[in-house]
Amino acid sequence: MSQTVLSISGLRATVEGKEILKGVDLQVAQGEIHALMGPNGSGKSTLAYTLMGHPKYVVTGGSVTFGGEDLLPLTADARARLGLFLCFQYPTAIPGVSTVNFLRAALRAQGKEMPAREFLNRLSTEMKELKIDESFRSRYINDGFSGGEKKRMEILQLAMLRPKLAILDETDSGLDVDALRTVADGVMRLCGPDMGVLVITHYPRILEHLHPDRVHVLHDGRVVTSGGADLARQIEREGYEPILGTAVAATA
Amino acid sequence: MAIQAKELTKDYQFGFSDIDVSVFRTAKGLSPEVVASISQHKSEPEWMLKFRLKALDHFRKRPMPTWGADLSGLDFENIYYYVKPVEEMSRSWDDVPDSIKQTFDRLGIPQAERQFLAGVSAQYDSEVVYHSIREDLEKQGVLFSDCDTGLREHEELFRKYFGTVIPPNDNKFAALNSAVWSGGSFVYVPKGVKVDIPLQAYFRINSDNMGQFERTLIIADEGSSVHYIEGCTAPNYSSDSLHSAVVELVAHKGAKIRYTTIQNWSDNVYNLVTKRAIANENATVEWIDGNLGSKVTMKYPSVYLMGEGAHAEVMSAAFAGNGQHQDAGSKAIHVAPNTTSNIVSRSISKGTGRTSYRGHIKVLPKAHNVKVSVRCDALLLDEESRSDTYPYMDIDNPDVTIGHEASVSKVGEDQIFYLTSRGITEQDATALIVNGFFEPFVKELPMEYAVELNRLLALSMEGAIG
Ligand SMILES: Nc1ncnc2c1ncn2[C@@H]1O[C@H](COP(=O)(O)OP(=O)(O)O)[C@@H](O)[C@H]1O
Ligand SMILES: [Mg+2]
Repeated sequence: MSQTVLSISGLRATVEGKEILKGVDLQVAQGEIHALMGPNGSGKSTLAYTLMGHPKYVVTGGSVTFGGEDLLPLTADARARLGLFLCFQYPTAIPGVSTVNFLRAALRAQGKEMPAREFLNRLSTEMKELKIDESFRSRYINDGFSGGEKKRMEILQLAMLRPKLAILDETDSGLDVDALRTVADGVMRLCGPDMGVLVITHYPRILEHLHPDRVHVLHDGRVVTSGGADLARQIEREGYEPILGTAVAATA
Repeated sequence: MAIQAKELTKDYQFGFSDIDVSVFRTAKGLSPEVVASISQHKSEPEWMLKFRLKALDHFRKRPMPTWGADLSGLDFENIYYYVKPVEEMSRSWDDVPDSIKQTFDRLGIPQAERQFLAGVSAQYDSEVVYHSIREDLEKQGVLFSDCDTGLREHEELFRKYFGTVIPPNDNKFAALNSAVWSGGSFVYVPKGVKVDIPLQAYFRINSDNMGQFERTLIIADEGSSVHYIEGCTAPNYSSDSLHSAVVELVAHKGAKIRYTTIQNWSDNVYNLVTKRAIANENATVEWIDGNLGSKVTMKYPSVYLMGEGAHAEVMSAAFAGNGQHQDAGSKAIHVAPNTTSNIVSRSISKGTGRTSYRGHIKVLPKAHNVKVSVRCDALLLDEESRSDTYPYMDIDNPDVTIGHEASVSKVGEDQIFYLTSRGITEQDATALIVNGFFEPFVKELPMEYAVELNRLLALSMEGAIG
């Protein structure tokens, strides 16, 4: 049995005074791939932001440990330095900051700095794997990128930073079939005993590539059911309704 | 005439054993006597003395400008108008006194000197103490000296242009400079000569209560091109200090002048500078102007587009920290048809810092088919930071294309979160965003200056973060 890397219990959080997370329980063991599914508006992104420490998302109850440490008192940068990573659903543009400078700053901040030549070699290898054009090195981060380019750039950062756990927030949405494969292959290449993944999605399509160990369904700010890969297939066939119907009935 | 020259033997720290080398400075405050003593000390021709005295007259008659930044803290009587630390111009680096070299060392100048073999004209107080011209520039007939030398050695050429772009009665501070000017650079580039290495000058104020009134005159003859760079840093003082320069550029037919400035005055300096260029037929003038530090800066590099097809490019960046006001901008005066101007301004206010963009576009009746583009963006780092835009347009010809865009934004919470989610601290994230905001400006700078500016910005950010 491998160790638990992320342990969430009874997590409650509000955004702008409105409670969105209403007691989330979730455990991810070291190196595992988990999927978090659930209909639009169920609180998936809110959970991702809350875990990463966005100042807008206020924790009102529960606890979270990451690698055994209490995550909640830490600022976002400290969480990242512990090895938590978030692939944003909507990555933010930072005009004037090139991809190269940004990545070097991030590596330096995480104590993972490497000699310039090694850095550039690794960057070029990873960019090739993800089919990102060399010109993106000097492009300003996410500035004027298409949706697909942004998603690839998130995976590039993941590949360069090598966290312990990556949360992918709908990294699959807005990608065409080929891009989805490239991104999924990229993630599969990276995950292993040292890196686990929590994939947030509401399409089971990406899960065909990622083969999750566990699948959880979030509804109205709670994990209402969990299961194996079968659960994702069931959702694909039947939608959320049958599951949510029974789940809601069960909690009622 | 009461000329007050004193030997400052106790301040004399340059390690010369030669007692005859005198250090001279005028009495505090301004009077015809002070002006005359400056002129006499420089052994100037009669016409220059008259020019100075007339300018003093203009200065005295003129009221303090009240349309811009607050200048009420400025006391003209409490300033030395002329200080001369070293008697002789040094032509080679070996002749430069050690203490001055050390100062330059701290400013990182020797490296630049090695990298750029072009003439370096380093101004220490009011006088240029080190000056060298690369041999092939000399062979090409390029003149590059301090302005006093320009007057002495090329009087006819100098007189033909001096004060023609910015007459002494242009504004109060141009008048002041015209009365007491000293140092600065004189550049003449002959027809068709393209100077391929930037000409550089370093400036620094080092004495308490000392105004610096350098004067720069650059003439690019037909079809020539030149890039002039000035970079400034200054240490801190206990009392207010005044820097009031005048820079005149003349670009003849088909010539190109780029003038790059990075200024970082200490936060008690009033930096009131008049910069203006004349662009003749098909000439291009580019002002690249970066302002950090100072207490108050008022500076609006302008271009008079006098000849058909002339082009003006003004790119400025300003950073105002706590208690600082950067009132900067640009003017483009389109006199001739088919002229174009492109103005880009970026400013950042931190803490109680304040930036103003003040722009003036004028299109005269005969100037048809003019194209103007103005874009100014301001970034506010804190709640109490402030930025204002004052764009003036006088358009007297309907056949004109004008684009004007302005924005004021705050550093976004989402941008900070994005960067911090990658492990970068909030302070470093802010610095990255700030540097990124200045990037369009920084990429116009030569490498060493880009590095230096980013370093200065980082320091400014540190200083301002509690
Ligand atoms: N920044 C925010 N401000 C206001 N409401 C928000 C914010 N973020 C999320 N919400 C609300 O929280 C609920 C959950 O949203 P979200 O976490 O984005 O869901 P999901 O990612 O599952 O689609 C929605 O009702 C949404 O409107
Ligand atoms: Mg979402």
